[in-house]
Amino acid sequence: MSSSTRRLLLSLGGLALAGAAAAGAIAVAAAPEEKVITVAAMKFDFLPSTITLKKGEPVILELSSIDRAHGFKVPDLGIRADVLPDTTTRVRIVPDKVGRFTFACDNFCGEGHEDMEGVIVVGE
Amino acid sequence: MSITIDRRQFARLAGLGGVVFASGLGSPLTAGPFGIGAARAAPAAEDFFFVQLSDTHWGFKGPPNPEAANTLKLAVEAVNALPQQPDFIVFTGDLTHTTDEVDERRKRMGEFRDIIKGLKTQNIRLMPGEHDASLDKGAVYQEFFGPTHYAYDHKGVHFIVLDNVSDSTAAIGAEQLAWLGDDLKKQDPAAPVVVFTHRPLFDLYPQWDWATRDGKAALDLLMPHGNVTVFYGHIHQENHQMTGHIAHHAATSLMFPLPAPGSQEKRTPLAWNPEKPFSGLGWREVAAEAKTARYTLRQMPVKA
Repeated sequence: MSSSTRRLLLSLGGLALAGAAAAGAIAVAAAPEEKVITVAAMKFDFLPSTITLKKGEPVILELSSIDRAHGFKVPDLGIRADVLPDTTTRVRIVPDKVGRFTFACDNFCGEGHEDMEGVIVVGE
Repeated sequence: MSITIDRRQFARLAGLGGVVFASGLGSPLTAGPFGIGAARAAPAAEDFFFVQLSDTHWGFKGPPNPEAANTLKLAVEAVNALPQQPDFIVFTGDLTHTTDEVDERRKRMGEFRDIIKGLKTQNIRLMPGEHDASLDKGAVYQEFFGPTHYAYDHKGVHFIVLDNVSDSTAAIGAEQLAWLGDDLKKQDPAAPVVVFTHRPLFDLYPQWDWATRDGKAALDLLMPHGNVTVFYGHIHQENHQMTGHIAHHAATSLMFPLPAPGSQEKRTPLAWNPEKPFSGLGWREVAAEAKTARYTLRQMPVKA
């Protein structure tokens, strides 16, 4: 399977996250007007570690790993995705509330795993 | 150290789960803060007690514990000094601190094994934490300590050890869940069941990865059983919660304490206090009354 066909669009709006993951390969292009934020995962950081969004404004997070399998979990927004090497995982977010929402790697990756986290800041 | 639950919580836990708490630093034979004496004071024929140690993180080095090389050894001495030895001793995971180097992992496992050989009670039950098993699917752990999940019976209580760490995504997995279901089918639904595991089986605080991805599936299997208690580690502090009628008790670490769930932005270890060395660390006795599925927990400190 090519990396392009393995791209996932995980939409909080209509496409269920678990359903998308179970389907295994859903190739969906982002609407051109939607903002795209690239997030790199590596032992033991996310770059950027602070993601600033606006309430109601759709954004696509493009997640990829430069070393090993990681996870991306934002419990307060109901998001989780695998972040794998040689794969871009796309997560569509339409924040419906303001606040600070912690995200973290949920795939144990080594001694600094507990420090591998960041925050999504949603403003008006 | 007092358990941080109020009397209302205590009453709810005791009423629904048949769980009784005792705590404090006094003699094991003294009454706890709620006036309940330890079961060991007058054990009935089927009563027994065991000791739970957790998150020893052997091999850790760093400012959160300048006594890292001694803490586990002090705990072993303290358990050996009990006036009565426990029926068995359980370590609920993170026996060693993780390392990417396989040889170093073996070294730490070997050192841990050698230290616990000094325990007077050699009926020892082990399970891995993610630091022991998540980087190699438990391969080195199994070389040293055998299976990562199993069950056994002791004086009328059915004990189940669940592995929610060998899969690095914190999943128990379909195969082990099927094994759990088969094991539970053999048990009387009214019989006392105790589960030992490393991570919480419920979503304690998923923001800090304090959860098990498919823990609900395990709890769904356990729910038809009327007397279930879970003892776990991972969060490096005492925590007592109910999911339905199932009681969950987290244990302190023997390396460094972690902050209360959500009490700060990051789950960084609490700083070592030179005025109160080993504060926040410890182990516990659990007195079991099999007939009534009542458990008395007594928190014990680490002392230099």
